[in-house]
Formats: sequence, C-alpha cells, structure tokens
Amino acid sequence: MENFYIILMGALVACSCGLIGCFLILRKIAMVGDAISHAVLPGIVLAYLISGSREPLPMIIGASVLGILTTIIIELFHKKAKLQEDASIGVTFTWLFAIGVIMVTAFTGKVDLDQECVLYGEIAYVGLGETGVPLPIITMSIVLFTIILLIYFFYKEFQLTTFDPAYASAIGVSVAVWHYILMGMVSLTTVAAFEAVGSILVVAFLVAPAATAYLLTENLKVMLVLSCISGTISSTLGYFIASWLDASIAGSMAAIAGLLFLIALLFSPSQGVIFKKRLFQSVST
Amino acid sequence: MDKIIYFFSFSDPNIQNVVLGSVLLTLSCALVGCFTFLRKRALVGDAIAHSILPGVCLGFIVSGTKDPLFILIGAFLTGWLSIYLMDFIVKNSKIKEDTALAFTLSFFFSVGILLLTYIQHAGYASQSGLDSFLFGKAASIIDKDLWIFGITSCLIILTFTFLFKEFTLISFDPNFAKTIGLPFKRLELVFTTCTVLAVVVGIQAVGVVLMAAMLITPAAAARFWTNNLRKMVFIAIVLSCFSGVTGAFISSIAPAMPTGPWIVMTISGIAVFSFVFAPGKGIIARWHLQRLNQTKIREENILKALFQISEKDNEFSKPRSVLSILEKREIPQKELLAGLKRLKSQGYLKKIGEMWALTEEGKNQGQRITRLHRLWEMYLNQYLDIAPDHVHEDAESIEHILTPELENKIKQQLNYPKVDPHDSRIPYKE
Repeated sequence: MENFYIILMGALVACSCGLIGCFLILRKIAMVGDAISHAVLPGIVLAYLISGSREPLPMIIGASVLGILTTIIIELFHKKAKLQEDASIGVTFTWLFAIGVIMVTAFTGKVDLDQECVLYGEIAYVGLGETGVPLPIITMSIVLFTIILLIYFFYKEFQLTTFDPAYASAIGVSVAVWHYILMGMVSLTTVAAFEAVGSILVVAFLVAPAATAYLLTENLKVMLVLSCISGTISSTLGYFIASWLDASIAGSMAAIAGLLFLIALLFSPSQGVIFKKRLFQSVST
Repeated sequence: MDKIIYFFSFSDPNIQNVVLGSVLLTLSCALVGCFTFLRKRALVGDAIAHSILPGVCLGFIVSGTKDPLFILIGAFLTGWLSIYLMDFIVKNSKIKEDTALAFTLSFFFSVGILLLTYIQHAGYASQSGLDSFLFGKAASIIDKDLWIFGITSCLIILTFTFLFKEFTLISFDPNFAKTIGLPFKRLELVFTTCTVLAVVVGIQAVGVVLMAAMLITPAAAARFWTNNLRKMVFIAIVLSCFSGVTGAFISSIAPAMPTGPWIVMTISGIAVFSFVFAPGKGIIARWHLQRLNQTKIREENILKALFQISEKDNEFSKPRSVLSILEKREIPQKELLAGLKRLKSQGYLKKIGEMWALTEEGKNQGQRITRLHRLWEMYLNQYLDIAPDHVHEDAESIEHILTPELENKIKQQLNYPKVDPHDSRIPYKE
C-alpha cells in the first residue's frame, strides 16, 4: 500500500505541475516558475514559525504570498529599474532563497525542515505511519482538483491570454489578472509538492512533462492530456528504478521525466530530430 | 567587540582560509558574471551550477575517492554538456530558450540527486562531504581547497586580462567580431570554459542554488553605477569581495550561520539598494526624472495657452485671469496654480492683482512651443500624408521634445510655411 501511495503522490504532483507547466512553456516564462519554486521557501518557514506545525493551510497561504511577491519584485526590477529580465529573475529568487536558508538555520529546532528536504524532498515518507489515506495525498489531490476545475471553467481565458494577449485585452479579458492567477497556481502547486519533491525537482515536473507534450502535438487540449500521461508514466517508472538502485525516488521520477523529453526530442513523429533529418534527406535526394 | 577585532586581525588560520577562499571565489565569479550579464545569458550560470552535480558523482564513482581532480573533471564535463544540450534543444526543436534552460537544469540536477543518493546508500566509505557541492562549505575551507581555488581564479583572471578586448567585442557586437576576422568560435569556447570553471569552484562556497547569485548579482548591481565596462567589472569585483568578507565575518561571529547564504544576502542587499537609489538609473532617479519632465510639460502648456489667448487680440503683455486659461486648456486647478507660481519665480510671468501676464521671456517661450506644435502638424501633414484632423495629438507630445537643431531642419524642409494645416498662423521670432 505504501508503494502505491508513493506512486500516486508522484503522479498527482506530476499532473498538477504538468498542467501548469503547459501554460508556463507557452507563455515563455518557464524560468519564472523556477524562480517561484525557490522563492516560496521563506514563506514556508514563516508559516511554520507562525502556525508551529505542518498544517497545510498556513503553508499554502505563506507560499502563495511569497510566490506573488516574487513575480511583483521581478516585474518591479524589470519595468521600473529597467534591469534586464533574466538578471531580474536571477537576483530575486537567489535573494529570497538565501533569506529562506538563513531562516531555516536560525530557527533550527523550531522549524522541522532541513536543507536536504529543501533541495530534493522525501517522497518516501508520504505513506509512513499513517492509517487511512495520508494527509499529503489528500492535499495534493485537492490542489490537482482545483487546477483542473480552474482550467476547465476558464479554459478560454487561459488560452486567450496565453496565445493572443493583445486580443484578450481588447475583448476585456485582463492579461495581468490571469497572469497572477497562474503565478498563484504555481506557488500553490510548488508548496503542496514541496515536502515530496523539494524546490528544485519540482521544476523538472513543471517543465519536462509539458515540454514532452509540446513536442508531440500542436493542440492545447491534447497537450494538457499528454503532459499528465507523461507525468504519470515518469512517476511509475521512476519509482521502480529508484527502488532497484536504492536511490532518491523523487530524483528518479524527475530523471525519467527528463528522459521521456529527450526521447520525444529525438523521435517525435512530427518534430523529432531524427524524423526531420530523414525528411531533409528525402527532400534533397 | 573582541570578536570583531579577532576576526579582522586575521590571526586565526581558519579565518584566513575562509576569508581568502570566499574572496577568491566571489572575485572570479563576479568577473565572469559581468560578461554573461551583458550577453543576456545571466541564467546560464544557474543551469551550469545545477548540471555539475551528476559530474561530481560520476567523478566520485570512477575514482572511488573524493579525489578533487576527478571530481572537478567530472563536474567540468557535465557542466559543458549542459550548455551543449541547451543549444541543441533550442536549435533542433520549437522549444524556446527559457524552457530549454529550465529543463536542462532540472534534468541534470535530478540525475545528480539520483546518483548522489545511490552513492550514499551504496556504502562508499568516503562519500561524506560530497554534498558540499549542494550547500557549499565556505566555512570549512582547508589549505588544499585554497590552492585549487587560487589556481583556478588566477587562470580565469589571466584569461580575462589578456582577452578583455576580444571578450568585450564578442559580447557587444558578435557580428562585427566575426567580420574583422576574430576566431569567434574559439573565443566562445574559451569564454564558456571560463564560465564553467568559475561555477565549478564557486559552487563549493555557496552551493547549487545560490551560485547564480554570485554570477548575476554583482554584475547587475555594478551596472547601475556606470556605463563603462572596465569600471563595471571593477565595481562588481569590489562589491562581491566585500560581501565575501562580510559573509565570512557573520559566520565567524555566529557560528551557526551559513557563510554562503550570508554572502548572497549581502550582495543582494547592495544590489537592491543600487536598483532603488543609484543616481541616474535607479528607480527613484527615474521617478524623479519623470516628475521633472511632467512639470516641464505642464509649465510649457501653461505658457502656450497664455500665448494662444494673447494671439487673438495681439496684446501679449495684457494680464489674463486664471479662468481664461482654464477655458483655453483644461488643467487641474491645483497643478495650474502651482505651475503659475513656479513660472513667476522663473521670470516667465508677472502677477498683477489676481491676473497673470506674460513677460518678454514668457512670450518667447510660449511662442516657441506654439511654433513647434504647428510646424510638426505641418510636417506630418505634408510629408507623411496624415489628415489635418489627426495631427494634433502627436504634435501635443512632440512639441516638448524637439530641439532647436531639429526645428531648423523642419523649417528648411517645409520652406518656412506661414500657416499650419488648420490655417493658424505659425509664429516666428521677429
């Protein structure tokens, strides 16, 4: 049962991240996702300090505040101080992450977090010592459900603001509002997935399945479904490889997600590197 | 206080090591970072930092010990590979640069974590300490590390000293560099090698995540204080050395505190201060400049309105009421009164009772703005074929920007027209 819970947790994380990742990739802001996933750390620590426990709700609030704050700071440096965007992202997230690490060390004992957990999480403890359905699984399911509902009901808004922001604002759909909603969703997912996969591997889940799907289709709906499928495959395969190697489960799941992307990059029937070469040869002969 | 004196006397060999190590690491990173920053590839350093981990683990697995040479070679190889993979993805698919970057760093990192945990669980005797590549170990730098850091930093500094001109050129104008026959590919190779080297050693001070800050933040901060590349490199190096020492100092007076994050905290603090307060480029300076421009535009508009009122009865020194200005042009009353007072103190207006009159200077100024406005309308109409009813908005903003040189050119081009497209007379200086 424990094994099942671990795989289920992996799949839930991968699906939530994959769905959001599709929009991040299409909006060309994958690195903002990366930045948020690091920058929520001080928010999580603050939530621990205030609530004194691992209750999911304060953590989600703390992380969401920090997530939105991160995007605001990045925009502020970029737009008001005219700092180029990549540097603005780099300065902001390392700064917030440093604050987070300092807080973790300053409040050791009060905060039940260690540096390893911050970096790569420990999904293996998901089902440990719990009777019934473990709490992380319930939280993650709620997060995934929320994301699916949001995308289902506001599909048009997400699609429009992603592909044609000018048209969207012309017909009265606020690009900024949907941008911040998306960023809020990124923070939500990151913090829910934090204990399981840590703050760096979550980037792999955000980017790899969505990028794989992106290479296989040109249709947004199909892309969303494919990213979930590729995420679920990675978490299942990753689990077995990790137990075979006796290594980090989250790391292995993320690595498989990356491998799937590389396979798609080379062999995608419509856009793979190999196929394109063949096409080129058959045209030139 | 004793602790501070003890720290800055540098008598403790341990403190010497930490300070010297931090300074060497931050210095070479700041140097390389200035160029990656200017090439708009700031986050590439972040990707390299994450991609080093699998190389470190492979080096360990191959050699079976923590031999720094094997580990550095491994780190160097995967660091390089990550750059290659990023370029390959962007060139061969529709994946954009940001996604390729995020993918590469997280993929290499997850493989690294996989290998690292495999090593930890497989019972290698000497594996402890490998995770210093994850979190940095600036506080426990030993003599042997110092030698490696020192040699690498010297290599990087020497390379940049000798190739400063070439690197400047490939950063600012790669096409020109190619045309004048510089070996562009080879220079690029050397540059990337230096970047990877700087990251490989720097990561041991601050760890994977914060490595990006050592490259980006000093350069970003320095950029706000100068437009000169040499000065920028110098400022970046000074700032990062300062934060290196500060980080070492804090972790020595409060031993629980990690050095790396404090180095980053210090340099980030300086950077944020620069973004906000730097003269000319900071947020406040830009905001102030914007305010000045707005005031200038408002004042010019008041003079223009007064001039145009006086144009009708051709009595330029006659006092006018505030109400008549408001009839001519809608200006928020508070701003109008403030503007009138400022114009009076500048000598453009005279206050007579409750009325305002243009002085000779004020008349000239109002005339100039009106002239520029009407000339520009004429220019748009004649040369760009824009209908007379569409030219006003544009002229309204450009009249405050046109320089006397441009004004003369336009006048010559249009051959000193008498009236604008709305048949209003264009006022020239007598």
